[in-house]
Amino acid sequence: MKQKIRDILGKHGGLPVPVETLADDADLYAAGLSSFASVQVMLGIEEAFDVEFPDNLLNRKSFQSVDAITRAVSSLVGNAEAAE
Amino acid sequence: MDMQTSLLDRLFDSGLLIDTGVEGLYGRSGAFEDVIARFERLIDAFGGADGAEAMRFPPGMNRAHFETSGYMKSFPQLAGTVHSFCGGDADHMNLLQCMEVNGDWTKDQKATDIVLTPAACYPLYPTIAKRGRLPAKGGLYDLQSYCFRHEPSNDPARQQLFRMREYVCMGTQEHVTEFRQTWMDRGLEMMAKVGLDVTIDVANDPFFGRAGRMMANNQRDQNLKFELLIPVTSAAKPTACMSFNYHQDAFGAKWGLNLENGDVAHTACVGFGLERIALALFARHGMDIALWPAEVRKTLGYQD
Ligand SMILES: [Zn+2]
Repeated sequence: MKQKIRDILGKHGGLPVPVETLADDADLYAAGLSSFASVQVMLGIEEAFDVEFPDNLLNRKSFQSVDAITRAVSSLVGNAEAAE
Repeated sequence: MDMQTSLLDRLFDSGLLIDTGVEGLYGRSGAFEDVIARFERLIDAFGGADGAEAMRFPPGMNRAHFETSGYMKSFPQLAGTVHSFCGGDADHMNLLQCMEVNGDWTKDQKATDIVLTPAACYPLYPTIAKRGRLPAKGGLYDLQSYCFRHEPSNDPARQQLFRMREYVCMGTQEHVTEFRQTWMDRGLEMMAKVGLDVTIDVANDPFFGRAGRMMANNQRDQNLKFELLIPVTSAAKPTACMSFNYHQDAFGAKWGLNLENGDVAHTACVGFGLERIALALFARHGMDIALWPAEVRKTLGYQD
């Protein structure tokens, strides 16, 4: 799941640095993720994982780091896949 | 709904607003315009000493600048573009025939280089960027323009063409957030002087769609937008009559606005919804300005 999320970040995140150089817990906003790009990442993840973020997860915190995104997506797709 | 219609009806009946047959598109009487002019003088009295550079743009902006602004990413539903007939004689004949039979004659209209201004500050950023780096003390600008937002409504406080007075500040984060706080304090003081009950609350712009939900939540989480709310058509849902916006360095980066040392400028703007403020005054004090409280009349410079 994390790799898939990283791929989406690479495609939609508009980050000035390669995603591979960022740790799972690195602050993506500090790394240059803009507000608008975070929305593109959100839409990319919804499509890739066939999920829909509820209102309470549609915020900056959910997209703060690869770990944070993984937690959010895990809560949406169920625990089985989250164990990956 | 009924209350909104009734305020609108009272405004029509008293002649303050003039019905055009389109929701949110109204004429204004001389008395209505005079209230706005007087309130603008009150704004000048509070902000005049700050030394802002005044500029007035017409209610249309350069389409290329509008495109760069990213407005269509966030508010496609509100934008208005200016289209014109650009054909020859044969096209003209077709146009007239189409109109004759009440067909859709607008479908062949071509986009011009002009888009209706969505907020008074939009034409400012490219104008300032063209000048080069900001002066050491930052930039402060005074703007006023009719603005267009496509949101037809029978709420007189939600008009499609309305005036926005703005001060825009460019500089460091500390500088522009202090500017914003100063105007929040001044806003409270000004509205108290004209007898209006106000609250200030965190707010978000009406971003479009599901992506917009997230942009709105982000904006609130970061306290980027505040509104000064006054009851106009409803006490339960007061109307935003001023907004206080901190754009971080988003506009600075987008337009290439740089400080004297080369850093990207932060920007903030404070907007007055002039029609909304006038409507709040009429809703609160009545349709007859001669009967408004003496204190309010005095603040606005009416002779007794
Ligand atoms: Zn503005």
